[in-house]
Amino acid sequence: MKWKISKHQPGRRRFMRLLGRAMVFAGAALFSVGLMGRRGLAAAIPALAGTNYDWTKHRWGFGVDATRCIGCLRCVEACKTENGVVRDAHHFRTWVERYVYLKGERKPQVDSQSDPGNIAASGSETEFRFDNRYQDAKIDKAFFVPKLCNQCEHPPCVQVCPVGATFRTPDGVVLIDHDYCIGCQYCVQACPYGVRLFNHAHGVTDKCTWCYHRITRGLQPACVEVCPTNARLFGDQNDPESVISKFIRENRTRVLKPEMGTSPNVFYIGLDKEVM
Amino acid sequence: MEALVHAAPYTGYVYPNETIIPWGILIVIYPYITGLVAGSFTVATFYHVFGVPRFKPVARFALLTSLAFMLIVPLPLLLHLGHPERALNVILTPHLTSAFAAFGFFAAFYVILVTLEIWFAFREDIVAMAQNQKGLLRRFYRALTLGSDEISETTRAYDAKWLKALAIIGIAGAHGLHGYVGFVFGSLKSREWWGSDLMPAIFLVSAIISGIAILILLYVVTSRFRKTVIDRDCMKGLAYLLWGFLIFAVVLEFLEFANIVYKGREGIETVMALIAGPIWFGVWVLQLGGSVAAFFILTYVIWRGTQDKQLIIGVTVSAVLVLVAVFAMRWNVVIGGQELSKTMQGLLSYTPPIFDREGISAVVIVFTLPFFVLWGLTRLLPPWLSHGRQAQGQIPSITS
Ligand code: SF4
Ligand code: SF4
Repeated sequence: MKWKISKHQPGRRRFMRLLGRAMVFAGAALFSVGLMGRRGLAAAIPALAGTNYDWTKHRWGFGVDATRCIGCLRCVEACKTENGVVRDAHHFRTWVERYVYLKGERKPQVDSQSDPGNIAASGSETEFRFDNRYQDAKIDKAFFVPKLCNQCEHPPCVQVCPVGATFRTPDGVVLIDHDYCIGCQYCVQACPYGVRLFNHAHGVTDKCTWCYHRITRGLQPACVEVCPTNARLFGDQNDPESVISKFIRENRTRVLKPEMGTSPNVFYIGLDKEVM
Repeated sequence: MEALVHAAPYTGYVYPNETIIPWGILIVIYPYITGLVAGSFTVATFYHVFGVPRFKPVARFALLTSLAFMLIVPLPLLLHLGHPERALNVILTPHLTSAFAAFGFFAAFYVILVTLEIWFAFREDIVAMAQNQKGLLRRFYRALTLGSDEISETTRAYDAKWLKALAIIGIAGAHGLHGYVGFVFGSLKSREWWGSDLMPAIFLVSAIISGIAILILLYVVTSRFRKTVIDRDCMKGLAYLLWGFLIFAVVLEFLEFANIVYKGREGIETVMALIAGPIWFGVWVLQLGGSVAAFFILTYVIWRGTQDKQLIIGVTVSAVLVLVAVFAMRWNVVIGGQELSKTMQGLLSYTPPIFDREGISAVVIVFTLPFFVLWGLTRLLPPWLSHGRQAQGQIPSITS
């Protein structure tokens, strides 16, 4: 069969050609509008406004020494205050898990501050504490594990964002442009660590930024600042003398869910194999 | 403020943020509708590309059905977005590593393609109506002819060529569109229940059976309303098609499940608890039970060579069963995947709200819309062949 257009159809052929041109034109127009729509960095990162911070000079890192955590949850409350996170038991930028191995049991009991029992103990969803349900139990071992965004080197959350509203900065922090996010929550699905939350009032996704507005001004993240036992530590991996560089150098650290291929930047010590 | 979030109850341990299920019932209906688009287009191609004559009575109707559903596909997504007014950014500034970013392009491409296909399939009728109608309608159809109102053997051959070419691209487009929806879920490594290589294939095949099923249902129902005969051969053809693809779908779904169980990765106990718990009814009764029942009915109908009323009833019942089973499958994937915690140590249970932007009421409205659109389309472009052609004995028929 030969692909020949009949001579009888000048009208239609012209139409098809016109249609083709119209589509190319419309595509080009949309694309250029799109290019214009790309926003400058300053607009995307309000945290940087008014600083002369150079993000090519740093590579931030976070350490968690789980053996030091006492589960006081001051970090969780400080984070909610610092970052205006919704004050309920379902929205957290950071949280703390409690692992308890009862005598004779091979699997741990796990809960976090948002467990209904713990909420009942604190009396409200605005303050947090762990209840003392294990007071009379025989316990083999128990520990707490603080969790937060891992600012992954290969973040699946960034990979899946359809508009590029969430992105990784050169200093290694994954941020969200709240004026650009369409609120599809694909990133919430893609994060293997359950770190992302949705802000229903503003229709956008939110997550831990390691307090980007603080660290770019030489301060510590709020959770690190308030931790009474130094279970959380933070610093610049580019500086070999920083706490985080020393922490990584002097300990055998591990990261969460390494099999996901995300290359997390939160380094843990003192975790047990059951930590998920 | 209160009604903004519906926290899901859970057992075991789940990450604190997981208690707010991100994707609700609207995202169940989204792949369901996309599936109907791809499936009904498939039937049309059996006539337009493979030239199977028995599908002629429904071929054009199938095209309209596909378009009607496609026009509504973006709606559940838009309703779901936190910022629907920014939705266009997905097309303007697509982030190319995202599976979602392709949606706008796929959808737009497909809509243009089906519209063109429909135009060629109806051109003769449009030209005829442009001559027969009066007043505004006449103008409308005149405009629709796009200035080419010649009908001859040459133009017919030309139209047929275009129809075929477009259908070939279209079948790739429709299947690409739906396979891609499977990829949206299957490409996520964060969720054990989703992250499977078979996911796009499963979505695709279940899409095809749901599309065939909805065509059967619509064909039977509309024939009743139009008080016309149902074409026996066409009905049988649809039954064969449904039967064949149904086997394919069930086998694929079984393989997928067998893979998860056999590999038995960490957290397999929780996966088993999921299908014994929150989604047991959807998995065992609706999805599996529905598919198997439909399979047996169809097998009986085909094997016994059932005729007339029994044929119609048997095939229609199977079609309804398949529609329910595929809906259950979408639910089991989309909701089930989120009910299985990322900790693999806990289960959530999602109950859709009734009156909510993402509630059951919204879904009912969204799902009714395509039928209205389809009704409107069939008024403008009547897809049915005239009785005359059936009466001439070219197409054997039966009464319902
Ligand atoms: S922990 Fe989750 S949210 Fe944070 S960078 Fe990694 S994938 Fe993204
Ligand atoms: S919710 Fe926002 S940040 Fe997340 S993937 Fe969608 S558009 Fe991107």
